[in-house]
Amino acid sequence: MNPPSTGPLLQISGLKKSFSSPEGGPRTIVDVPGFSLAAGAQLALRGESGSGKTTFLHLIAGILAADAGSIRIGDLDMAALGEPARDRLRASAIGYIFQTFNLLQGYSCLENVVLGMAFGGKADRSHANALLDRVGLSNHGRHYPRQLSTGQQQRVAVARALAKGPRLVLADEPTGNLDRKNARATLALIRETCREHGAALLLVSHDPEALGAFEEVRDFADINLAVKEAAS
Amino acid sequence: MTLALIILRSLRQHALSTLITAGSIALASGLLMTVWTVKTQAQSAFTRTTTSFDAVLGARGSKLQLVLNAIFHLEASPGNLEQADYLYIKHHPLVKAAVPIAVGDNLRGYRLVGALTEMFTDIEIAPGKKFTLEPGGRIFSPMAKEAVAGSFAAAKLGLKVGDTFHPFHGLDFNPNDQHADLYTVVGVLQPTNTPADRVVWIPLHGLQTMNGHDPKYATQVSAVLVQLRTPAAGFLLDLMYNKQGNRLTFAWPVASIIADFFSKISWFDRVLALVAYLVALVATASVLASIYNSMSARQRDIAIMRALGARRRMIFGAVVGEAACIGGLGVAAGFVVYFVLFTVVAGLIRAQTGVVLDVWSGGRVLWLCPVAMVALCALGGVVPAVKAYRIPVAETLAPIS
Repeated sequence: MNPPSTGPLLQISGLKKSFSSPEGGPRTIVDVPGFSLAAGAQLALRGESGSGKTTFLHLIAGILAADAGSIRIGDLDMAALGEPARDRLRASAIGYIFQTFNLLQGYSCLENVVLGMAFGGKADRSHANALLDRVGLSNHGRHYPRQLSTGQQQRVAVARALAKGPRLVLADEPTGNLDRKNARATLALIRETCREHGAALLLVSHDPEALGAFEEVRDFADINLAVKEAAS
Repeated sequence: MTLALIILRSLRQHALSTLITAGSIALASGLLMTVWTVKTQAQSAFTRTTTSFDAVLGARGSKLQLVLNAIFHLEASPGNLEQADYLYIKHHPLVKAAVPIAVGDNLRGYRLVGALTEMFTDIEIAPGKKFTLEPGGRIFSPMAKEAVAGSFAAAKLGLKVGDTFHPFHGLDFNPNDQHADLYTVVGVLQPTNTPADRVVWIPLHGLQTMNGHDPKYATQVSAVLVQLRTPAAGFLLDLMYNKQGNRLTFAWPVASIIADFFSKISWFDRVLALVAYLVALVATASVLASIYNSMSARQRDIAIMRALGARRRMIFGAVVGEAACIGGLGVAAGFVVYFVLFTVVAGLIRAQTGVVLDVWSGGRVLWLCPVAMVALCALGGVVPAVKAYRIPVAETLAPIS
């Protein structure tokens, strides 16, 4: 477990990412002059579909390489690292929860959770079992994702994201595929488990109910200048 | 551990294509090992069989036919020699031993060979090894209607000491062409793993004077097996019989004649080997195709693993490792194919020639072929591995509804 701290865990400055547009020429999707998140903090970003929220999270996670700027996670600048180093940092420090769960269908729930930490060099099955127990799936370790409800699948995804003991958890519309009851429960679970593990949580969503669960909510358009430029 | 888990799960997820591809590898490796082992062992076994005799003297004709007839008990005899020819070479100062044989009859397809008792008492079938009888048996008396059965012939014909039989005329079995003579089995030879195992031995005199044979040939022999005192003696006798004479053939050196024979049919080996190599190549290509074709279905899983922190080289290694595992599974099953194929082929060769091949004496091919097949399969996995390596994570992870 990471000790709770109020120091900055994530510090972003001058971050830019563009893609080729169908019309030709680059189209800027992310232009974030500055952003920070304290260690152990929980923040929700409000943004409409297509506003670049997922790209923003992919940049923080190192899944995409930034065109410019820096993304400091602790002492390391994700944006300055080569791909193998980004993979290592993601494997050891960042948990990711997807809207569509993205569980590996050929693996049992326990194996999915084990894989969540295995790429960082740990593969502790007892820890994985403890996490499944924590998310209320203690008897489902040998089940396959297709044998679970959508709510249960997202709980497995939460356990997987926390398996490596991340300092930062990124959640991309984690309740987008869930009904209202499951969405509330899942959201509460994500927040509680992140708090228990001392992980900072950055959630992006356009769902008012999901956003309402957070004490601190910011508009992504206020952070990402590319959204304003697109609107104008 | 993680790599092994990924490989195992992938093999299981694509179990059908894994089994089919491994099956094709099994056939390819089994075929390759069988062709190679049978080829090398047959050549070595045939050459080894001839080592107890240096030469064969027979009627004018093909040296190979003479050797096959007199030593391997195959083919028809090219003709007979007079008693005087046999006695001449028997007492030749350059000759250590000369053993006459006569052929021309059979027992339900198994050749009867007329021989002197010296064949069993004096001649070494391999260095330091003579014919040995099973307990309770003895060598036939030279003038009696008695027989000693080779081990394979005895087993196939169900012969044991005390049994009696009527020989059949000719080298091929014709149930309507039976001799009136009645022979009694007085001994069964222990296995020698040579063509002698397929033969029923009777006294030379008995075969020469068999009821129904023309009496004017009663002193003739079919061939004389010769052991020389020195290698140089072969040159002199070769000159005398083959170059200066025109009535007899002196087949010498026997091992070289057999080697020449294998050399002449080496094209057949090469064709078989080529077929086996092509099958191996196709099997390897099938590994490539099966993994490559399933790559679209795997893209998302690979992207998820990458998002969890898996490095590109691990994904690359997992795909290559999977291909190698398919190769490994195939090769393991290939040993079963090899065992079955080899047993069938070796059985046929033993039944036809008496030469025994050993399934576990394949030499280096039994490790070289599996290693090469696994390496080829891993190589076949490189192409889909490169495709997996290049999968764009962010694009592939885009939500699907």
